[in-house]
Amino acid sequence: MSKQFLLDGQPVPFEDGQSILEAARKAGHYIPSLCWHKDFPAHGSCKLCIVKAAGRHVSACATPAKEGWEVESNTPEMNGERRGLLQMLFVEGNHFCPSCEKSGNCELQALGYEYEMLTSRFRHFYPDRPVDASHPDVLLDFNRCIFCELCVRASRDVDGKSVFALTGRGINKHLVVNAESGRLADTDFSKDDLAAHICPVGVILHKGPGFAVPIGERTYDTASIRSQKLKEEES
Amino acid sequence: MSFELETAVNREGLRRVAIDPVSRVEGHGKVTLLLDEAGHVREARLHIVEFRGFEKFIQGRPYWEVPVMVQRLCGICPVSHHLAAAKALDPVVGALTLTPTAEKIRRLMHYGQILQSHALHFFHLSSPDLLFGFESPVQQRNIVGVAAAHPEVARQGVLLRKFGQEVIRITAGKRVHGTGAVPGGVNKSLTAAERDELLADADQMIAWSRDAVHLARRLHESDRALYDEFGLFRSHLFSLVRADGAMDLYDGHLRLRDARGQIVRDAIPCADYEQHIVEEVKSWSYMKFPFMKDLGPARGWYKVGPLARVQNCDFIPSPLAEIERQAFIAHGEGEPVHAPLAYHWARMIEMLHAAEVIRSLLDDPDLLSDQRMNEGTKGREGVGIIEAPRGTLIHHYRVGEDDLVSYCNLIVSTTHNNQAMNEAVRQVARRYLDGRQLTEGLLNHIEVAIRAFDPCLSCATHALGKMPLVVELLTADGSLADRVAHGG
Repeated sequence: MSKQFLLDGQPVPFEDGQSILEAARKAGHYIPSLCWHKDFPAHGSCKLCIVKAAGRHVSACATPAKEGWEVESNTPEMNGERRGLLQMLFVEGNHFCPSCEKSGNCELQALGYEYEMLTSRFRHFYPDRPVDASHPDVLLDFNRCIFCELCVRASRDVDGKSVFALTGRGINKHLVVNAESGRLADTDFSKDDLAAHICPVGVILHKGPGFAVPIGERTYDTASIRSQKLKEEES
Repeated sequence: MSFELETAVNREGLRRVAIDPVSRVEGHGKVTLLLDEAGHVREARLHIVEFRGFEKFIQGRPYWEVPVMVQRLCGICPVSHHLAAAKALDPVVGALTLTPTAEKIRRLMHYGQILQSHALHFFHLSSPDLLFGFESPVQQRNIVGVAAAHPEVARQGVLLRKFGQEVIRITAGKRVHGTGAVPGGVNKSLTAAERDELLADADQMIAWSRDAVHLARRLHESDRALYDEFGLFRSHLFSLVRADGAMDLYDGHLRLRDARGQIVRDAIPCADYEQHIVEEVKSWSYMKFPFMKDLGPARGWYKVGPLARVQNCDFIPSPLAEIERQAFIAHGEGEPVHAPLAYHWARMIEMLHAAEVIRSLLDDPDLLSDQRMNEGTKGREGVGIIEAPRGTLIHHYRVGEDDLVSYCNLIVSTTHNNQAMNEAVRQVARRYLDGRQLTEGLLNHIEVAIRAFDPCLSCATHALGKMPLVVELLTADGSLADRVAHGG
């Protein structure tokens, strides 16, 4: 008989080494995330997968499941925490959904809807982050970066190019391009790289398509991020 | 042309009266009057108090983002900005012509926009003045008052606007701020179900639009002394027309008629607008004053919008609207009609034309085709001109090698009418207010003159976070307990 823990009162089976998030998703329970990706080790930076396990707040993606744990996730308290985290992510960058081509396909925006974020609540930072349009095929709009490092990890661990990196500390942390000039055009980055297709928000954009997909046919127009992610888990 | 009353001499000793904000228009503006001790008007100005930064902050953004971003100038006619930007950027992706499907869907979107905006202006914003009188009780002078006194008129107005909004939703994805037009074409075609949904109501919209033309005409003809003379001034008329001289609100070339109705400039290609139009800056308004360069600022200003378009074209290419245009032209008895209140009549003729165009487009199988996009050798510059509900709208962009916008210039419909609206304000101030005790009803005359142009002050300039707002806290007996005001 497999081991199990309780997620919001529901039994969730798991295998040794599986995180709370992995086990929950596999069992059809949604725990949100932005920086987690099934093909990469847990990162634990976005904190949206925060749950209360054995009375402590932990990142579900980075915490191995344990037999008999009682885990709280879809509760007013945890969802309130997530809403606060989302609000912080929104004010740290420059997220103007109305004119962003990622709108409707953006995981950050979809989570804003999912967790009923109605205001930004905190003071906007309005960071000064110029775009990098030097590459012929790909535009980098750093304004929308949430520091999930998925592009950093994909470029380093899969593409073998290490095109991206985070630099700076604390409030000054930001995404940079690993070239002496700092320009994407001066790297060996390609539009076919995994890193060019992994951004959950609107930083790494393929030039040209823009708003080619009409409203009503975008990823999160037809189904919530909750149901989309669970469907991906099944396939 | 006269600039009398624009700036008074010895302004210090004059009494200042402000209409702030001007109501039942889109956006925020104010009128100031300077009066001497005897109550004579010495200065009258329409000020635009908002600041627009779009030309600046669009720079450095990718070109494909522009049609969606720049439409945020406005919540009333975003489609006009959306389409003008897309038209300007078609050459940037090398689409020197569009596929028939793309052109027709854009036209459908645009005429839906014309229909809803004209219905909004006539029924919601202006009909209270026209049906009840300029000095009627202010409590009645609004759309709720119209709904109570003329329920069928109000109902038709609301449903006409709703239909126009549905056309926009189906072509652009949303009723307000959609994404349908993209550089090179459109991102969706119509499904047969969507087409049939619109077809079900299209004939009714034509009938109601025709009724609206007749209502506007009846109002005009029932009091010619008022409607023909109120705020009257003469000016050039400016608009796009089709190559054969037909009214075309989506595309064409530029034409200017003088105040007597003679064509003085014609077949100006849109891309050459800069050679003909310049804008003057005046220190007291955020809105510029455009004029024809070779005629100079004193003689070269003009009117745009329905009153200009209905008379600038040689004919309207839809049968019912053309009949109404001919009746309108006949009203002028051989001279162009310049009366600001005739804007309402002309606007309803255009609404009827829009309803007819929508109806005829819906029969076209190209709307259902997937041939939506064109492309070719990329360009670096484009000018898109469209006849927005309020008049000629110009978008001009340059794009760098990196695909980012390096230059943007917008000349918005209401901006073209800046001098004309100021002139109407001065005429009304001189005729109705001069030397009299000012009342709310008298001051509303000024607003009636401005409203006739259907100005969109938020388009013509743009607020950055300052909305005029006054909150008053009243006690149970109606006396003022507290008052907070900001902006404006």
